[in-house]
Amino acid sequence: MGRFWSLLFLSVPVIGVLTFVCAMGNLWPMSGGSFSFPADHWLPVNVSENGAVIDRLFMFILGLTGVIFVATGIALFFFLWKYDAEKNAEPVKFTHGSHALEIVWSVLPAAILLFIAIYQMNAWADAKLRRPTETIGTTEVPKRPLVEVTGRQFEWRLRYAGEDGEIGTPDDLYTVNELHIPVDEEIVIAIKSEDVLHSFFLPNLRIKQDIVPGMKQFVWFRANQTGTFDVVCAELCGWGHYKMRGRMTIESREKFDVWLDKQIEEQERSEFTPKAGDEDE
Amino acid sequence: MSSTIVDAHAGEHAHRGGVGAFISKYVFSRDHKIIGLQFLFSTLLWFLVGGLLALGIRIQLAWPWEGMPVIGPMLFAGEGGQISPEFYTTLFTMHATVMIFFVIIPILAGAFGNYLIPLMIGADDMAFPTLNMLSYWFMWPAFALIGMSFFFPPYGAGGGWTSYPPLSAVWEAAPGSHWPQTLWLLGVTCVGISSMLGSVNYMTTIIQMRAPGMTMFRLPMTIWAMFITAILQAFALPVLTAAGFMQLLDRVAGTGFFVPEGLVVNNSIAASGGGQPLLWQHLFWFYSHPAVYIMILPAMGMVSDIISCFSRKPLFGYKPMVFSISGIAGLGFIVWGHHMFVSGMNPILGMTFMVATMMIALPSAVKVFNWLGTIWGGRLYFTTPMLFSLSFVSMFIIGGLSGIFMAATPVDIFIHDTYFIVAHFHYVLFTGTAMAVFGAIYFWFPKMFGRMMNEQLGKLHFFLTFVFMNGTFYLMHILGARGFPRRLADPYDYETFSNLQPMNQFITICAIGMVASQIIFAGNFIYSMFWGPTVGRNPWRANGLEWTAPSPPGHGNFDFQPIVYRGPYEYGSPEVDTDYYPQTQPPPDGIEPTGKSEHTDH
Ligand SMILES: [Cu+2]
Ligand SMILES: [Cu+2]
Repeated sequence: MGRFWSLLFLSVPVIGVLTFVCAMGNLWPMSGGSFSFPADHWLPVNVSENGAVIDRLFMFILGLTGVIFVATGIALFFFLWKYDAEKNAEPVKFTHGSHALEIVWSVLPAAILLFIAIYQMNAWADAKLRRPTETIGTTEVPKRPLVEVTGRQFEWRLRYAGEDGEIGTPDDLYTVNELHIPVDEEIVIAIKSEDVLHSFFLPNLRIKQDIVPGMKQFVWFRANQTGTFDVVCAELCGWGHYKMRGRMTIESREKFDVWLDKQIEEQERSEFTPKAGDEDE
Repeated sequence: MSSTIVDAHAGEHAHRGGVGAFISKYVFSRDHKIIGLQFLFSTLLWFLVGGLLALGIRIQLAWPWEGMPVIGPMLFAGEGGQISPEFYTTLFTMHATVMIFFVIIPILAGAFGNYLIPLMIGADDMAFPTLNMLSYWFMWPAFALIGMSFFFPPYGAGGGWTSYPPLSAVWEAAPGSHWPQTLWLLGVTCVGISSMLGSVNYMTTIIQMRAPGMTMFRLPMTIWAMFITAILQAFALPVLTAAGFMQLLDRVAGTGFFVPEGLVVNNSIAASGGGQPLLWQHLFWFYSHPAVYIMILPAMGMVSDIISCFSRKPLFGYKPMVFSISGIAGLGFIVWGHHMFVSGMNPILGMTFMVATMMIALPSAVKVFNWLGTIWGGRLYFTTPMLFSLSFVSMFIIGGLSGIFMAATPVDIFIHDTYFIVAHFHYVLFTGTAMAVFGAIYFWFPKMFGRMMNEQLGKLHFFLTFVFMNGTFYLMHILGARGFPRRLADPYDYETFSNLQPMNQFITICAIGMVASQIIFAGNFIYSMFWGPTVGRNPWRANGLEWTAPSPPGHGNFDFQPIVYRGPYEYGSPEVDTDYYPQTQPPPDGIEPTGKSEHTDH
């Protein structure tokens, strides 16, 4: 039976790696069967610049951990196979350990881990620390948000600056769950919550930020592809959490301006009344 | 020394009789072994409850709104057996709560800690037997409170096991969660008291009550792990308890510790304000990250003992193992912020937590290498406990490596709150800790009941569990790579996740298989308890002190005064002809007692 158990443990790295290969290449063997997994079980399409950096980091860590996963898995299999008491007559190696080995397998992982830690700092800083700036007059100030997103149970309320380019003035445009973003521009979005925690998750931009009531926060990105994508709430916000769903349209600046003008026009036509709960603070 | 205490105990019971004697012996017992078994039985029953709650979650994810078979119509006749979205939040909240607070923590510390610590260090009981009894009986108010919370419509607390405010602190935020959430907080507080009483006891016992010759560096890894775990509990728990009371006050007295002003919840203005939701997260994770290690270190300790025994070879790198456990515990206090990378916490602080988190992977890696070193060059016996322990190692590698993804802050932005996280902690806690617990049950069962569990059934149980659990949890990494979020009652309306339903169905079927496989275990356990073949003191030919006591040990544990001559891992020692060398066996004539100056360790 020792042989059987060894092979069972060998199947872990083998099937483990194959599963990831299938996911990356849509190669599920059961396609057509009762569990035909449709395509796209891997990272969703990325449409942002920092997102590409995050994806590369993900793949880098996947490769690195994959090597360790396979190496340790095979070592485990090999020892189980070789030192099975039923098959192996060799006396046990009576040893309590090895200083040299302990040092090797402490220093090596430490170096790798430290490398990963330092290597990723830049991407983190780009995502969370280095908010884009703009120049007003002669001073450089943090770039003003294009839109303010307010999470509430269970919808996304959006507020675009009107003519004056400032959010929080009477000419603001209000929409619900429908986010429009111009492509190829540095975009800053202000996010806040009026009730509980939510999390503003844009899978295709690799953006996620919990929204904390009482705090005003910002996310920023530069989208480099047009299309329509999901806006997801990723932090439990109550029974309706699953349906707190928005859509994001990334489009050219011209189309965006046309959309914005049209929305403002419609809003004015239907008498300008801010929706409940959206009074200025 | 031990015999006088045996007598004292015997005298204490002699003057009672009949029902009173039964109650003091088996119900309000102060014997660590009875208390350990009480913990074991209670936690195994809750394990079943937690598993069924998990199936509820899985069924909803596989076939949303189609309802639970059999139990669904009984529970929600009104909705045609459908799981309501409110009940879905209750399902995952209670699944986690039950598994963490009623199963993993109490089964490791309460059941195995209680049962094994005095036996493995050669003591006749715990330092504070009454405290010990109370630590078990404080679980019952917790069972009652959390059990009650199910009976308040709409069916229980639904704020997640992390209970993040304002959702959990403001009554209006989760309609219907009024009483359940409050009861939940009180229940968790009772678990905290129980753990605290236990940990004080474990620390004192391990420091004070070791048998002659049992130096700290002759302790089995199980005991080292229990010792470090007890320290973690003692230092981290007060913070959770304080935070729990603050949230309780927020709920019932409107103190607003965690509630900022100006909230409009459910179209009504939430009262007070002046608080900070992030404060709760800091306090909560200050306990709950160390709790992650409370939930794995004892498993690591027990696995080390089992692997060494069935490799018939000394544990590789005993001292590095001890230092890594201590290192994990020390670093474990400064990494809690890795749960909060995208919470809105200062991103620079996030970097600090990231570096500490990366570093905590190091002692875990050292442990894995040392387990592999132990197996290398041994004579391996594939018994059921060994198989479960090997699977702990194999699975812990996966759980450890997937942790590096989320420690990397930019990657965590994407995978935070997705199924990647769910995969990660189930690999650590289920395929890791729970496997170690099964291994430990099969290993120490003969000591506990004087009878063996059936090996063939044990191996079948292992095989089925191993296959189904990987079928269940491994694909969750793939879901997570897609960005599939946790805690969504119906995720398939999102375009990005609309194609993931078949994979979720596959996972659910594996999960059902996994739960069903436990019937074999339950049957084996109950049958063997009464009708298994009886065994002597040391059926596994193991070295530990517990194997020199009778099976099961009587009141006071040892029928002789154990004296310890060496560490617990002297398997295959050239000093003796047998392939094991019990800690209490005096060295043969002419050989200096080894281990006097710890040089057996290297
Ligand atoms: Cu939500
Ligand atoms: Cu943690």
